Amino acid sequence: MGQRSENVDQLVDHLFRQEFGRMVSRLARILGAPRLAMAEDAVQYAMLQALQLWPYQGAPEFPQAWLAKVAYHRALDVLKGERKLRFYDDEKEFELKNKIEELQTTGTAESLRFSQEVADERLALIFVCCHPELPRSASVALTLKVVCGFGVEEIARAFLSTETAIEQRLVRAKRTIRDRALRCEVPDPGQLEERLGAVFEVLYLLFTEGYAATAGDRLIKNDLCAEAIRLADSLAENSATAQPECHALLALMLFQAARLPARTDALGDLILLEEQDRSLWDRSMIHLGLLHLDKAARGDKLSAYHLQAEIAAMHSTTGHFTLTNWENILALYDLLREKQPTPVVLINRAVAVAQIQGPAAGLAALKAIPVDSQVEQYPFLHAAEGEFHRRLGHSSEAEISFHRALDFARTEPQQRFLLRKLAALRGPVM
Amino acid sequence: MANFLLLLHQTPSRFRNLSPEEIQKILGSYIAWRDALVKRNKMRAGEKLTNDGGRHLRAHDGKVSVTDGPYSESQEILGGFFMIEAADYGEAVEIARTCPHLGEGKWIEVRQVDAVH
Repeated sequence: MGQRSENVDQLVDHLFRQEFGRMVSRLARILGAPRLAMAEDAVQYAMLQALQLWPYQGAPEFPQAWLAKVAYHRALDVLKGERKLRFYDDEKEFELKNKIEELQTTGTAESLRFSQEVADERLALIFVCCHPELPRSASVALTLKVVCGFGVEEIARAFLSTETAIEQRLVRAKRTIRDRALRCEVPDPGQLEERLGAVFEVLYLLFTEGYAATAGDRLIKNDLCAEAIRLADSLAENSATAQPECHALLALMLFQAARLPARTDALGDLILLEEQDRSLWDRSMIHLGLLHLDKAARGDKLSAYHLQAEIAAMHSTTGHFTLTNWENILALYDLLREKQPTPVVLINRAVAVAQIQGPAAGLAALKAIPVDSQVEQYPFLHAAEGEFHRRLGHSSEAEISFHRALDFARTEPQQRFLLRKLAALRGPVM
Repeated sequence: MANFLLLLHQTPSRFRNLSPEEIQKILGSYIAWRDALVKRNKMRAGEKLTNDGGRHLRAHDGKVSVTDGPYSESQEILGGFFMIEAADYGEAVEIARTCPHLGEGKWIEVRQVDAVH
């Protein structure tokens, strides 16, 4: 560990977080998915070692190689301790030893390692974390922890959950991986489509968790969006997974993320699309989104992500709210409704209807949504209803709807938003 | 100019599940502090000591006895040291004051290396 650097002013941003995922990917590939926890522990150990030594010695010239070496040795030590156990096999030990030797002869190679290999290892890890046999919520947490290198406390902060709850979710997921012998590998072509569908779902959940204007640490939530985009981007880059649907998902995330700077005010309160300062939208992200939307069009499959991305693109490329082409957007929502008749889609469609045919038509579209107890508790439904009533001049109905929305609003920004709406109802007529 | 030892005392922190991002953040502050001193040509050395109580040697009646230094999770140990160059205690203390080591349950002892001037 003698290398010392006198010229490393600082570590690359998020280096540890990204190295965590990279090293766990590699160790999980060598050790196998059932030893995912062992891989994680070895990497965590290496990082804590760095925390102990680097303050005194400075960062090594090749931090990645340093961390990898310590993590491999740790994994090897732990693996040797398992020799007596029934599932022990020499092969893994042999492979680990080879890796360590390779590291010693090439030295710096860790940072120069063949990027395709790195990408494939990560892909394999993503596939096991997002396995359809795991609950989606567990997959989201596991992907964040293992692939993205987030800490349990950070995940809890982003999800407004407790560390214990997240920890349990992770432990259960890893137990399932072990018990069902899920494999850390890219699935066969025959299964790829289905497996990839689950991965896309998890990535989009991860993104929306970050995007949601709920309370919770905004910085961490922005990181979630960035990670989801980074992962989708890595899938779009990999020839094994670069399907049009993947580009559509990536485009969708980029269009939405581009609006993040304009979406909340200084208090963290939500600013509606109508009132957003569009000059704050991230032009380069929108541009990138359009490029991926282009690539998404290269197949014959029209997925829900395609339609959502198209809708987001229409908003993103419109200079002012009043110029929005609602006819096109409604047509896209009509298509989306066929593929994905979720309450969110139906409510958004009703909003488009109201923009074209007026609030009465919007109300009728809302009324047509089949309401079960879960939809009934969805604040957005009542808020939209209240808004249409307000535009029709039905103040008392609007008030009732906004109050219902308030009953179900789960976060402070949502509550403040609705209270403002109620106050405006009682105030001077606009 | 004289050399000063910054002796970093601490209680061995119990294992805390720091996230990679948190670890990097802490390291970043140490690296920045250390590198600033390196650039000003004031950093002479720095080493971490192992997490144990070391060995204590004492001579008594011509016989040397060796014992393990006391060590427990709750007892303070010397975690490591830096040797820096400074004009006087005033400057050495100013440098030590900005060391990221200073925090709950940790303290720094500054000692001047005696030398003939």
